[in-house]
Amino acid sequence: MSGNDLNVKIGFEIHQQLNTRKLFCNCKSTLINRDPDFIIVRKLKPVQSELGEIDRAALQEYLKGKTYVYEGFYENTCLVELDEEPPHLPNQEAIDIAIEIALLLNATIVDEIHFMRKIVIDGSNVSGFQRTAIIGLNGYIETEYGKVRIPTICLEEEAARKIREEKDRIVYRLDRLGIPLVEISTSPDIKSPEEALEVALKIGDVLRSTGKVRKGIGSIRQDINISIGDNPRIEVKGVQELELIPEVIKYEIERQKHLLEIKEELNKRIDKKSFKFEIYDLSSIFKNTKCKILRKALNKKEVILGLKLKGFAGLLGKPKDKIRFGKELAEYVRVRTGIKGIFHSDELPAYGISEEEVNAIRNLMNLSNLDAFVIVASDNKRAREALEVVYERCLKAFDGIIEETRAANEDGTTSYMRPLPTAARMYPETDIPPVKVSKERIEWIRKNLPELIDQRIKRYMSQYKLSEELAKKVARSEFFKFFEEIISKYKLQPKIVAWALTDVYKELRRENILVDEKKYEEVFELLNKGLISKEAIPDYLRGKFKVEHVTVDDLRKRISEIIYERRDYVNKQRFKAIKGLMGIVMKEFRGKIDGKIVYKILEEELKKYLNEGR
Amino acid sequence: MKLVRIKKNGLQLEGYLLPRYELEEKNYITIKLKNGYNVGFKLDEIEVEEIGEKKIKKAYLSEKIKQKENLPQVKIIGTGGTISSKIDYETGAVKPALTSEEILRNNPELLNLARIDAEILFNILSENMQPKHWIKIAEKVSKELNSGFDGVVIAHGTDTMHFTSAALSFMLKNLYKPVVLVGSQRSSDRPSSDAFLNLYAAILVAISDIAEVTVVMHSSSNDDACYIHRGTKVRKMHTSRRDAFKSINTQPIGMVKNGKIHIFMPYRKRKKDETVYVDKTLNEKVFLLKIFPGIDKEIVEKIVDKFDGIVIEGTGLGHVPEYLIDVLEKGINEGKIICMTSQTIYGRVNMNVYATGRKLLSIGVIPLEDMLPEVAYVKLMYVLGKTKDYNKVKELMLKNIAGEISDRSLYS
Repeated sequence: MSGNDLNVKIGFEIHQQLNTRKLFCNCKSTLINRDPDFIIVRKLKPVQSELGEIDRAALQEYLKGKTYVYEGFYENTCLVELDEEPPHLPNQEAIDIAIEIALLLNATIVDEIHFMRKIVIDGSNVSGFQRTAIIGLNGYIETEYGKVRIPTICLEEEAARKIREEKDRIVYRLDRLGIPLVEISTSPDIKSPEEALEVALKIGDVLRSTGKVRKGIGSIRQDINISIGDNPRIEVKGVQELELIPEVIKYEIERQKHLLEIKEELNKRIDKKSFKFEIYDLSSIFKNTKCKILRKALNKKEVILGLKLKGFAGLLGKPKDKIRFGKELAEYVRVRTGIKGIFHSDELPAYGISEEEVNAIRNLMNLSNLDAFVIVASDNKRAREALEVVYERCLKAFDGIIEETRAANEDGTTSYMRPLPTAARMYPETDIPPVKVSKERIEWIRKNLPELIDQRIKRYMSQYKLSEELAKKVARSEFFKFFEEIISKYKLQPKIVAWALTDVYKELRRENILVDEKKYEEVFELLNKGLISKEAIPDYLRGKFKVEHVTVDDLRKRISEIIYERRDYVNKQRFKAIKGLMGIVMKEFRGKIDGKIVYKILEEELKKYLNEGR
Repeated sequence: MKLVRIKKNGLQLEGYLLPRYELEEKNYITIKLKNGYNVGFKLDEIEVEEIGEKKIKKAYLSEKIKQKENLPQVKIIGTGGTISSKIDYETGAVKPALTSEEILRNNPELLNLARIDAEILFNILSENMQPKHWIKIAEKVSKELNSGFDGVVIAHGTDTMHFTSAALSFMLKNLYKPVVLVGSQRSSDRPSSDAFLNLYAAILVAISDIAEVTVVMHSSSNDDACYIHRGTKVRKMHTSRRDAFKSINTQPIGMVKNGKIHIFMPYRKRKKDETVYVDKTLNEKVFLLKIFPGIDKEIVEKIVDKFDGIVIEGTGLGHVPEYLIDVLEKGINEGKIICMTSQTIYGRVNMNVYATGRKLLSIGVIPLEDMLPEVAYVKLMYVLGKTKDYNKVKELMLKNIAGEISDRSLYS
C-alpha cells in the first residue's frame, strides 16, 4: 500500500526563533550554560474558564503541590520573565520580521495584531500562559507536488527550557523564555513523506532567506501531524534533523496501519465487551525464577502481577519486529507510572522466564490460544496502576488509532509522550494594547522583501555558473552576502570561493575551527594576489602557515639568486636540480608563502636559467 | 454575539464579532476566530456580512460547595482591586468576583481552614479610595467582628492598601480579633497569580490570635511564604513585584509558611468577650507635602493657608529649604499643625543635627520619629478630628497609638 491509497494527511507546525531581543522585554535572546545567578520557586494554579469550570485533573495536580523552579541569569532574565512586571510593548523588530515571513508565505496581514494568552500550566511559562498573536492568515507555499496551505502565521513567546524533572518539582531555565518565535501551521495538505521533506525544506529556506532568524540546535522545531483517512491525528514532536522527517512519517504510517490491522483482527476474534480487567498475583509462580529482573523484585518484597489480555495472542509482537504493540504498552506504563518495563506473552519464554513458568501462568489465567498476558513487577499499588494503564490502552486498541502526542526518536521511530492536548484555552492579553499594522508599513516591508533562497540558487547557477549542488550550499549558507561581495571585489573563480565558504567551512568546523569573514577575506586576498594556491586554503585557514610580506617578485629575485649561487650543482644536475633547490628555497620561505607557488616560480626560473645559460 | 464573515482581498474568514474595549479606535473591528485567536481589521478595508448569532452560555456551576462545621468563621469583605475582580474576556470589562462560592471553588484548600462568608462592600480601585471609604470599611469590620466572626479579611487594591491599613489601625478601638488586609499584584485570572497564596495566608492570620490590623502579602518572589505586616508599619515599595509590601523600620510581625505562622515580633493577642468600636471622626483638611529642590513658596503658603494640618515629607533627617521656614512659622502661629517625616522612607527624623532642623523645631514643627509619611498623614487626620490644640495634638502625634512609632531603630 502506498501513502496515497491510505489517504495519508500530513501537516506541519514549524517554530522558528527570531534573531532579535526578546518579545516583551529588552533582554538578549541568548542561552547560557553555566550555573544560574538566581532561582525562584513558584506554583501554578488552574483558573476558572469563561464557563466557570476548572480543569479537575489540573486542580488535582496543583493540590498535590507540584512546584516549579526557575533558574535565571541577571544578564538575560528580568522581571518580565519572572512575571513580576507586566510585559513591555511588543518588540517592533520581531513584528516586522514576522510580517516579512508572512508575506513571503503569501499570507494576508491582519490590520491589527491582538496578543492572546494561551493557557499552559506545565510550568514552561512562568505566567501560566504563552502570549501569541496571529500576524498573517491564508498563506500558502508552492512545491513540486502542489500547493500547501498555511492558514496562520503567528508570533509568540518561546517557553522556558526544561532542565530536569524531579518527583514533586520541575526545573526550568528562563534564558529561553520570551525569545520571539514564529509559528507556521500548514493545513494537512501533504500526502507523502517525500513531499513533507520538500515542504519543510522550502519553509526552512523562506525563514533563512530573511537572514533574521536564529540558527543552531533548537532554534527551529517542527511538529508533524499525521493521520490516515478519517482516523484520529497523531502529533509527533521534536524532529531535530530534516532528513529524519520522511523516516518518522514512514514509521508513523506503518505504526498507524498496524493499529488498524490489530483493530480488525481483535474485533474479529472477540467482542470488546468481553475484554475484562482480570489481574492475578503471580509471585508464587516465580518464587524460584531464573529471571534476574523478577528475582530482584521479589527480593525487594515487591509483587509480580499479571493481566489477562483476551484475544491478544500474536498481536503484541516479537522482539524482532520494528513495530509492535507490546512496545507501546511498555511506553504507556513507563510514562504513566515510571515502571521501566513489562513482559508479555508474545515474547516469552525469554529473559530467564521459563516455559514452565509461562505454562503455569496460562493455566492459572485459563488462557486459550488466542489469549495473551502481561507481567509487571513493582510494589502492589504501582504494579496494579501499571496493569490498569495496559488494560485501558488495550481496550482502546479495539477502536484503532487513538489521538496522541508522540516524541520522535533519533532512529526515526516515535514513542508515546502524552495524550493530545485538548484545544488550548485562549484569552486576550489585556496588558498589551492591539498593535495596528498600517498599509504603509506592510508595503514598505513588501518592497524590501529579501530574495528567496530558491531564487538565489537559480541566480547563482546562471550568473556564477555554479553546479546546483554548490549553488544550494552557498545560497543557504550564512556567507551568501559575503560570497557575492568577494566575487565582485576579486577576480576569483566563483566555484572556488563557494567551495571555500561551504565545504571547507564544514570540514574545519568538524575540527572545531570556526572561520569568520575576516579570516576568509585574508585568504581570498592572498589567493587573488597569487600568493597561495587554492589547495592551500584549508591549511592556511587552519593556521598551518602564514604568508608574510613576501611578494612574488621578492621570491623570484631570491630564487634566481639561489640558482646563481648553486650554479655548479645546477649545471651538473640540469632540471633534476629542482628537487634540491626546492629544499633550499623552502628553508627560507616555509610558512611565508605557499609551497605550490614557490615550486611554480622555481620551475620557471630554473627553465629560464637553463635555456638562457648554456 | 454575532457570527460574521469578512472578506479582505482574497481572504475570507468567519468569526465572532467582539465588542471593542473603551479606549480602542472605532474604525476597527475585532473578530474571534474559531481557533480562539482574536484579530483586528480596519473597517474600510473589508466587507462584513452577518451570518448568524451565538448565545453566550451562562456560567456553569456544579454542585454547591459544602463548608465544614466546627471551623472558625471568617468574613471576607471585598472592596475592589485586583484580588477581588475578574476580567470579562468578552467585553474586557473588570467585574467584582467575590462570592463565597467563587472563592471556595477557586481555592478549595480554604475549606479545611475556616468557614468563609464573603461579601462585596464596594468595588473601587484603590487609587479611588477616600477617607469616607475607610470609615465604611471600619464600620463593616466592627459589625462583623462583634456579630461573632473570628476574624475579618479585607480584599483591597494594593496601591493605597497601606493607607487603609493605617486608618483602620487608628479607628478600630478595643480591637480583640484579627483584621487582615490582602491584595494581589497579579490578577487572579492568571495561573501564576499571587492571590491564592496571599488569600490562604490571610485566612490563616484571620483565625490566629494576632488581634491587630495587618497586611498579608508575599514575602519574596517565591510562592512559598507571606509576611504579616503591622498595618502602621507597611508600605508598597515596588510597582509590580509580588513582594512589593515591606515592613519599614521594623520587622514584620511574622510569616506564614507551609500553613504555619512564625512570629518575629510581639503583638496584641486575641481576647474574648470584648466589643470593638469605631472612632471615626477624621479631619480631612490634612495635606501630605513632599519637599523638593525649587519647591514654590507661594504654593506652600496657599497649602498652609488652606489646611489645618500638614505632614511634610522632608529631605534627609527632616529638612525643608530655608525660604519656607517663615511660611511654616506663620502657619503655626495661626494655629496650623505641621509635622515632619522623611522622604527617605527608611530611618528616623532627627532635627537636632543641622541648623535648619533646629530652626524648624524652634518654630514648632513636630518631628514624627520613624513614622511613615502616609501613616502620619492618616494619623494627623485622626488626631485633628479630636482636637486642634497644639499641645494636645503634639502629645497624641508622638504617642504610640497603634504601633506606628518604634522606640528602637532596629538594625536589619
